[in-house]
Formats: sequence, structure tokens, C-alpha cells
Amino acid sequence: MKSKKLALPYAIWMAVFTLVPLVLILINSFQDSNGNFTWDNMVKAWEYRDVFLYSLKIALISTLVCLLLAYPMSYMISRLSEKAQSIIIMLITVPMWMNFLLRLLGWVILLQDGGPIDTVLNFIGIDIQLKDNDFAVILGMVYEFLPFMIMPLHTVMSKIDKSLIEAAQDLGANPFRVFSKIMFPLSIPGIISGVTMVFVPSASTFLVAKYLGGNRQMIGDIIEATFNSNRNIGSALSLCLMVVILIFIILANRFGDEEAVGV
Amino acid sequence: MKQKAIVSLKNINVKFDGEVILNNISLDITDKEFITLLGPSGCGKTTTLRIIGGFLEPDSGDVLYDGKRINGTPPNKRNVNTVFQKYALFPHLNVFDNVAFGLKLKKLPKAEIKEKVKKMLSIVDLKGYEKRSVSKLSGGQQQRVAIARALVCDPEILLLDEPLGALDLKLRKDMQIELKAIQKMTNKTFVYVTHDQEEALTMSDRVCVMNNGKIEQIGSPIDIYNEPANAFVADFIGEANILNGYMLQDFKVNILGAEFKCVDKGFGDGQAVDVVIRPEDIVVTTPEEGILTGEVTGVVFKGVHYEMEVKTRGCVWLIHSTVASEVGATIGMYVSPDNIHIMNKMFSAAYNEFTAEVTYANEEENYVTVSIEGNDVDIKDTYYEKGTCLSIKLPPDGISIAGDGVGHMRDLYIESVIWKGEYNEIILESDERKWLMQSSQDEQVATYVPISFDFSKAIILPIEVREDEDEI
Repeated sequence: MKSKKLALPYAIWMAVFTLVPLVLILINSFQDSNGNFTWDNMVKAWEYRDVFLYSLKIALISTLVCLLLAYPMSYMISRLSEKAQSIIIMLITVPMWMNFLLRLLGWVILLQDGGPIDTVLNFIGIDIQLKDNDFAVILGMVYEFLPFMIMPLHTVMSKIDKSLIEAAQDLGANPFRVFSKIMFPLSIPGIISGVTMVFVPSASTFLVAKYLGGNRQMIGDIIEATFNSNRNIGSALSLCLMVVILIFIILANRFGDEEAVGV
Repeated sequence: MKQKAIVSLKNINVKFDGEVILNNISLDITDKEFITLLGPSGCGKTTTLRIIGGFLEPDSGDVLYDGKRINGTPPNKRNVNTVFQKYALFPHLNVFDNVAFGLKLKKLPKAEIKEKVKKMLSIVDLKGYEKRSVSKLSGGQQQRVAIARALVCDPEILLLDEPLGALDLKLRKDMQIELKAIQKMTNKTFVYVTHDQEEALTMSDRVCVMNNGKIEQIGSPIDIYNEPANAFVADFIGEANILNGYMLQDFKVNILGAEFKCVDKGFGDGQAVDVVIRPEDIVVTTPEEGILTGEVTGVVFKGVHYEMEVKTRGCVWLIHSTVASEVGATIGMYVSPDNIHIMNKMFSAAYNEFTAEVTYANEEENYVTVSIEGNDVDIKDTYYEKGTCLSIKLPPDGISIAGDGVGHMRDLYIESVIWKGEYNEIILESDERKWLMQSSQDEQVATYVPISFDFSKAIILPIEVREDEDEI
């Protein structure tokens, strides 16, 4: 079939640049520097379990904050006129036009001691540490990944038939019931994909914790550092992270399937 | 038999983006009746329904429920339920939960909900479907779930917005009968919206024919069919020969040069009228016995009757007869006086009469430019000084739909299209006035078209402005 032939370049691309590297990582994870089979890399990776847990914690909190911010926002956007919707969605993607590192450094300048926010707070008599803590890391992550939560939520919500809302009102539902009985259950697929799209990159991200967390390290930072010195341990760490994320995705989709029966 | 009105609409006006959707609608809906709002798409029938349901607030006018004004009451606080056009079933809930939705919101005890849902599902013939997913049901079944979901809430009034539109013909016919039976059984007021005249005639106690944001006629199906208020209603309900005629005197009308007896009077002698004759009311006779004679140009067997096209004096008549005549045969036609329906013309004048000011005059090339509702239009072979006010009398065939898509005026709303046996009589609406047009082409009501003028057919006279004398 023609459609299958068209997919061929992509299949080759995937095989060469995704599948092969994955296999290489798998092999590297169980080899020592001389190419012999070993469990040592995995044992070494185990030593970083605290960093793993810390990364998952930050990723989970960031995802949750993103969800809490994005959900009402997407809901409101989806009720606007189509023209207004496309403008706002475009505005939401504007920060993504700029380089990731630049945005991060922007936050460093904003939050640092003697920076604009600190100065204003000091002026009104509040003296708190803005940078170099978990708060700053989460702030950076939320800023970074919020659009990835809004997009799928908005897509799903804007596709919910307006007549369903009218039908619910017609049957006696007040605005709160319309939300809890109709809007929320029907938006669950959007929540699932939003959560996945935010959690996965947050868990594996690097540099955010380093710049905003005062040289805190997340697993992404460790992998980056380790890979340069020891490819085998770096591979083992990557493999572990992939497994953790895979488990998460499976759990999320399971939950989604159960909730969204009949959609 | 005057029964009490459960819902009354009083002088309802709705505008949307500057366009009039409902134009001063007043309607009383009687308790426990099956009333149908019938009209072409864009006539305002769904808007009327949404106003009763509370989904839309009128710009002006009152909505009364049982005598009390309910403007501003949200849908969830009205004792009215709706069956939506595409059913709007909740896709994440099964049949039981869909039907139970309204009852659960009323916080009824579980056992009672279960019992009521079960009873309602058996009324709509869906016993045992409780656990099925609504997305796996057929169109007809989904439709019945939608009806059950609305009816189980025990509303005083059930609003139905073209609920059979998505079903195939066979299922539609079955559902029409079923809906009427459900209405009788539950003893509720049904307000039904459709563009299908047959559906309206089959089910309704009363039909309200709407066009262009106005109510054209309200009455029983029999009244509407037999005594249409105007050519639009006659054309929309059933099949009809709608012809131009004029009254010779009371009880006598001239149609295509022949004299017919009729039962109408009081129009005034010589008054131009629309004459409506149903195809089944034309009796085929021998050429000698007929009032008019014509040549059969087409015969189609329709099961119960033959549908014949008969050409007489340039005009094509539609006749339903149980006896077929051969194509090419000459037949006579007779219509009994009480089957001739005379009505006032929808467009009161025979001409388009308007005034326009000359905004540019070119004596050399002998033409002027006039402004018609802000559009500059050239009139050839005519010369008047700039600033002259012209009275223009343009016959209906002096206007045509602009083939180039631009024309002299754009975006005229087609209010009605009526086949007059030899051409379509089309009434158009511009910003300031209505226009009468003849066209051999068929056009779609409630669409917008550009038009061109042909002033060679017009009578153009200058209006003498006597400002100077007035001032003295």
C-alpha cells in the first residue's frame, strides 16, 4: 500500500537513530570498559537512588502544579470564541520560541540575591531566599513545561460538544454539576496526556536544578556528568530512568483507560 | 375549545450579529398539545425553541410560563427538557446513567431512580439496554435514549429539535408514529422543530409555519394544508400549483386568461392575487369539458396516483390523478370552486418602485450613475443632471442574479422562492427594502446572493424637486 511506503523514511530514521542507540545503551549498561559482561554499572547506579527519588519528587510536584494551573486556564480558553482561542494558544507558545537556556538564565537573574524581585521584597521588608532551593527548581520546571500541559488539555476540552453542556443544564445541572459530571470526566484523556507530557521531560531534565537550585542535582544532571567520564555507568543510569518512566506511562494509561470507558 | 396556554412568547425579538433572527414573534403553546415549529433552515425555529429552553435570552419580549415571566431563568431551573438535534448523549456514561442523569441531580432515592429509569426505557422500547455504552447504539436507539433521558425528568414541556434528522427514512416514519404515541401516553406538551412538512403534518395537533424570523401561519395540519395563508405556506406544505391571477369580481378569478369560479370575495375587482391549486384537486376532463386545456408533457407513476405535468398557455401545471393520460395528449382541466384558494400576493406591488439620486452624469456617452443603497449603478442611454432624483419602476424580470458573483448589489437575502408554473418568483431583501425578481433558475431560500439590474426594462422618470417654490 502507498501509505505504508510513505512511512518508510521515518521507519529507517527511527531504526537508525532511536532503536540502535537504545540497544547500544542496553549493551553498554552491562559492560565494563573492556567490553566484558558485568553488573557493576547497575550497582553503581543504585548508589544514586536518592537523586532518583529527588528527581521524581520534583517532577511529580511540578506536574501537579502545572495541572492545577493549566486546568482552569484551559477550561476558560476553551469557552472563548475560536479566534480568541487560537490567539491565546499562540501566546502560550511564545516563550517556547526562545532558547531553553536563555529562559533559565532569565529566571536566575530574576530570582538571585539583589535581583529585581529580591530588591522589591527587601524594600517592603521581606527577606527570603528565592533561589537555590526546591521552590526555585519547581518554579523553573513549571515555567518550562506549562505549555505542554495546556495544549493537550485545551485540545480535549475544546472538542467537548457544547450541546453536552447544554444537555446537562437542561437536565437540571448547575454550573458546578456540569463541571463535575460532564467536563471533568470527559477531559480525563487530556489530563493523562498532559501529565505524561510534563512528567516525563521533568523527571529527566537537567540544568534547571543546577542553575536555580544552587547546584542541586537531578538525575539528568548526573547522567550528563557521568556520561562524559564513564559511558557505561551513564548508560546504566539512563536505562534505569527509562524503566521508571515506562512504568509511569503504563500506570497513567491504565488509569486513563479505566476512567474514560466509552469515550 | 380554548385551553390554557402553558408557555407564551410575547413580541420576541432576537438579533445576532446585526441580523434579525426573530422578528416580533408571539406564540401561545397550549397545555398538552403537540405543536410543531416548521420552516426552512434559517427561519428561526430552533432559536424559538432555545428561548423556551432558556439557552438563549431574547433581546426584547417576554417568555411566560404558566402566566409568570421566566426571562433570565437558567435552563436547569425550568420545568422543560430538551431532546437535542444530535442527541447530546453523555459519551462517558452508559444508557442507565444517561437516563438517570436528571433524577440523580434531583437526589431521588436510588430505588426510585432505578424504577423510573426502567419504566421509561420500556416506554421507549429499550428494555434491557441499561448497561450498554451509548456510543455502541444505533441512531434510532440513541435517539430513544435521548427522549427517555428528557422525559424521565417529568417535564411539563418537552422540546424536540429536529430529533429525527439523522435517521434514515424508514426509521423516521416509525419514530414519527412512536413519538406521537409517547406524547399521548405521557400526556405532555411537545414542542417539535422540523423542516420536514410531512413530519409536521403527521404528528402535530398544531403547526406553526415560520419563515424569515416571522410566523406565517398557525393552525391544525388540515387548516394549514387546505387553507394556506399565503403562497409561501402553500408552497412549503405539500405540493401546489401557485399561479398569478387577478380577480374579475367577487367569486370569479382569471387564471391564465381563463375564468374560474371561486369562493373568495372582497379582494376588489382587478386585484392581482396568488392562486393556489393542489395537484390532486385538478380534475382531468375531455378538452371540451375543461375550463383550460393543456398538453401532457410528462407522466410518472407514484404508486397511488400518477403525477402528470401539463403545459397550458406557457405554464406547467402539476396534476395528481388516478387515471393516466398519455404524453402528448390534450386534456381538459376543471377545478371545483372550493378547491381554488385565493390569497394576497406576498409582494404587494407588481413592480419594484424606488427612487435614486444621480451621483454622476456623462452627457457625451449618454449615461448616468445613481446611488442605490450606497451602491453606484450605471444606467445607460439615459441622461439627467447630477443631483436629479429619479423615480425608477423596474419590472421583476429586470433583476437577475449576478452571474459574475459581484453584480450591482451584494448580499441580498432570499426570503422566498415560489414556482409560478413558468418561472420562479423570488422575494429578496436588502438593507432598506424588498425586491421582486423573476428567474428561471431555482434558488435556495435563506441564502445571500448578488443581483444585477437591467434598466432597459425600467421606466425612469425624474422627480421634480420644487425646493425653490417650497421656500417661497
